[in-house]
Formats: sequence, C-alpha cells, structure tokens
Amino acid sequence: MAKQGVVPDDLTRPFWEAANENRLVIQCCTACNRLQHPPAARCHGCGSDEVEWKEVSGRGRIYNYGVVHDCPIRLLQDDQPFNVAVVMLDEDPGIQMYSHLPGTPVDEVPVHAAVEVVFEETANGQKVPEWRVVSGDR
Amino acid sequence: MSTPTAPASMYRPDVGAGLWEHRGKVAAVGVGHSPTARRWDGRPETSVGAISLIALRRAIADAGVSPAEIDGLVLDATTTTGAYWPPGKPVPPEVLNAYNATDDPLDGVAKLSAEWILANMPELTNVTFTMYGPGCMSNAICVAAQAVGDGLAKTCLVLKSWHNYEGRYYQGGANAGDALSGSAAIRALWGTPACFGTALQFAEYCRKYGKTHDMMAPFIENSRNNGLKFPEGYWAEHRPEQITAEDYKAARWIAKPANLFDNDLPIMVSAAYLYTTAERARDMDQKPVYILNHACSRGRPRSLTPTLDEVEEETARTARKIYEGAGITADDLSFENMYDGFPQFHQFHIEGLGYRGMKFGEALDFYQGDISISGPNPILPSGGNIGCGRSRFWMHTDCIQQLQQRAGARQVTGVKPEVAVSGGPMPLGGHFTVWSASPD
Repeated sequence: MAKQGVVPDDLTRPFWEAANENRLVIQCCTACNRLQHPPAARCHGCGSDEVEWKEVSGRGRIYNYGVVHDCPIRLLQDDQPFNVAVVMLDEDPGIQMYSHLPGTPVDEVPVHAAVEVVFEETANGQKVPEWRVVSGDR
Repeated sequence: MSTPTAPASMYRPDVGAGLWEHRGKVAAVGVGHSPTARRWDGRPETSVGAISLIALRRAIADAGVSPAEIDGLVLDATTTTGAYWPPGKPVPPEVLNAYNATDDPLDGVAKLSAEWILANMPELTNVTFTMYGPGCMSNAICVAAQAVGDGLAKTCLVLKSWHNYEGRYYQGGANAGDALSGSAAIRALWGTPACFGTALQFAEYCRKYGKTHDMMAPFIENSRNNGLKFPEGYWAEHRPEQITAEDYKAARWIAKPANLFDNDLPIMVSAAYLYTTAERARDMDQKPVYILNHACSRGRPRSLTPTLDEVEEETARTARKIYEGAGITADDLSFENMYDGFPQFHQFHIEGLGYRGMKFGEALDFYQGDISISGPNPILPSGGNIGCGRSRFWMHTDCIQQLQQRAGARQVTGVKPEVAVSGGPMPLGGHFTVWSASPD
C-alpha cells in the first residue's frame, strides 16, 4: 500500500532513522525504565525528560483490529477496504503499533496471533515499521 | 481585552475533591440555538460568526435579561474538528465587510474569538470577563459554572459554534498531502478514520461480553426518534428521516465494526446558554436549572489508542467524581444524557455511571428494553449527535429543558425530571455536568 511519505522531525528522527536501518526502536525513560509510544519530550509515567531510544525485538501479538472502508487519507483510498491492526509488543504489551498486516486477507485477522516487524518504504522512500503474521505458534 | 484560556484550576479532575464548593449556587437559565445547515453556503448571514450571534441573542432573550446585564462570556474558539479553510483562499469581501472584523480574517468564518463576538454585539456593554473553554460545550460550561461560582462573572453567556464547508470532513489538510511530519505519521500513516479508535474498543467489548453490532440498533433508533422531536436539530429541521433497525444493519461500513450510522453528521450550528447565580436566576423568565457539580477526566491511554480496560477504569473513576462532587448517587439520576458521537462509546459512559444499576458489559442488553422518553429508563432523551447532528451540545440543552419541563415533544414522561447528567465527548478526556431542578 502506498503510504504517505514521512518527514522526520526532531522528536521522532531516531525512530525513523532506525527504521531505515531495518531496526525498531522505542522511547524508554531512563529514570523509571518505562517504554512509551508515541514518542514524547517527557516520560508520561514519571515526568522525566531523560528519555532514550531502545531497540526492541520486533516481535508482538495482534491485540485488536478494524477494517477501514472509508479512509480520510487520499493516497490510501484506492486500497480500500484494508485491515488496520493494533500490535502489542512482546517486551511490553502496553506499547501499541498500527499495522496494515501485509499478507493477511481483509477482515481475516487472527486476533492474538504472533507477528514480527518488517520494514516498508513509503511514498518518499522513508521506511516504516509494518508487521506480518508469523506462521505457527511461537 | 485579551481573552485567556481557562487555567487548569477551573476544572475538577480529581477523585476525593469532595462536594463542589458552589453546588446549587450556579444555574443555567436561558437557551439559544441557531438554525442548522449541512454546510456553509458562503453568505455572510449564515457564517459561523453570524449564527453565533443568533444563538447568543436568543439565549439572552430566553432568559429575559437586558444585554447590559451580561458581564461574562465563555466560548470555544475552535469551530471544527475536521473542516478546514483552504490555505491561501481569501475570505470573500462581502463576508468580511458584513461584520466588524478582528485582525484575523478567518475570525467569524473558520474560528471564533471573544473579541469578534464583542465587536459584533454592541449591546453587550458590560462584559468584563471573557475566557476560552477549549474542546467543546462540555468544557465551556464547566468553565462558566466555575467562573460564576467563583464570582468572576455574575451573568455569563456560554457559546459553542460549529462550521462545516463543502467537501468531505477530515479529507483536506494533511490528509490530502503526499507526506506527513514524523510525529503525525506515528499515528496517521495507516489511514484510520475518526471513529476507528472507538470501533476498536467496541470490537473488544463485543468479544469480551459476547455482544454484537446489531445490538446497537435500538439505541440508534431511539436516538433518531428523540432527535426528530428536537426542533432545533438538523434532522428535525431539514431531513425528518427515521432510522430503522434494518437501515442500521444494512448501512455501509466506515471502519468495521463502525458503520455510517455509528458516525454523526457534521453541520453548521451554534448554541448559547445563560449562566448566573442561583440568587439572580430566581427572577429570570425561565426556571433555573441548578448545577450540582462539574467534573472532568484527565485520563490518557498508555499508547496509541485506549484499551477497553483503560476505558472502563476511567469511566468508573469519572462517575465517582461526578457523584461525589454533586452529593448524589446513581439512584438519583432521573435520566442520562451522555455523549454519543460516536454511539459505540455511549455504553462506556453509562456503564461507568452505573445508570439504573448497570454493570460493565450490560448496556447493550439494556438497550433491548424500553429506553424511550416515555419509559422508566430513558436513554439519551436529547437524541444526541445521532439524532440531531454533530454539535456535542444537544445533551446539555436537553438536560436544561427537561428539568425546566419545556422539552416539548421530547419531554420525559416515565420519570420525574429532577436530576440529570450530561457530558463528554470521549470516555478519556471528557467534561461532565450534573443538573438539578432544585438547588438542594
């Protein structure tokens, strides 16, 4: 699917630079060792501004999903309907990421199934984390 | 006059804060609504500024006070969540010239400042207090109630207005572009419509409690039924069309499991209320409706979208604040008017409240019974956004009018209208008001 391009900003640049290297990094507070996503200038848990980027395994589970039939993004409208799943990371199930679940038929999303990260290019070449269902149980 | 945004101290976000210090000492009296329209037709007299003036003047007249008595104005300066003025497009001169402008040509067209209102209501000669209650009417009335209680204003107008333009909601701006900023892209790259997060929570709710999307049909039918009895509402005014259960079940998906009727219709509309002290309210033209409490949620999801657990924890916490500050229990509620735009989170609000003894997972079963305005368990007698169009304020107007016994064809008849609660929008981040026919 032809996702919009991404123009990294100061807050999120490490996330996008890692994606271009096929690595998934998530913000982590060094004061309370808590992961957070989306990124923010301060830890939402303890308020510390001592946040760094931590590489994670790229493994998770599908928590939930919906099927988008009426998308507000112009570039995605030709691909309707499509899945949007919520993936929770194995390292911390409180951390969610969205996914179109490439390779999974529309509305046949196996909730709770294991997934692993892959990296896709967007319209301007910036890579973005996506997720594929892993065959068999892990 | 420079208008500040309400400071955090104006709100009541905490459990354990006790009775609201101004309980029963502030009242809503006057109500004013503008006509509605699906979209702005470009004429000066139908701009969002113009319809705001109509609503404000009607609220003043409804209360029966002199405009010179008004000393406060609280409003939300933002007049849309998804219809944006095209960048670089000039405002037509006939629109600009029709009103006293501020420095911003979009003021009164795509946004609304207190200064624009005052510049165009010369009869408001004594306003000394202005404040923004950003978000929606639910926020603004909390600010107004607190302001009157604190003595910052004695006779205060509260205003919320909405514009809508040609084209589809949410489809302009960044959504039409080829690239997003890195921060926006974290959430937005996947193309989820506005109802998606609520649809996800609803999907999890159905899985957890064994419910189905079809079980929402009675709620939708009831909402439109009630909305068609709201003469100021969009559907009653322009398209008096009932939604049947079959219509609902056959509607196209927007983000499955949310369909077309699980979304509200963006419109042009404005509403204003007149708030004052309980003492002053006694001599006005309408019966006072006393504010027993206002409360808000400051809950935030851990990550991208709230989980069902997060939603249920927060609605339960919000209910504790609502009841504690008002000095009431769920048993005291004559009816509920919690927000419904999106309908799929209405059940979260009322389950958190424990309305009619309801527990988590029970609302959709409750909807299969008599939830009409003539029964003992009214659900959303205003009709809400589904019954009247997107405004986020029908439920507040309805609470005021029901307790004043002037809701007309919408008047609840199966219960005595004494105490009600309204508010929203979202279960995480909403603002809520408890209304009473009596100050005690």
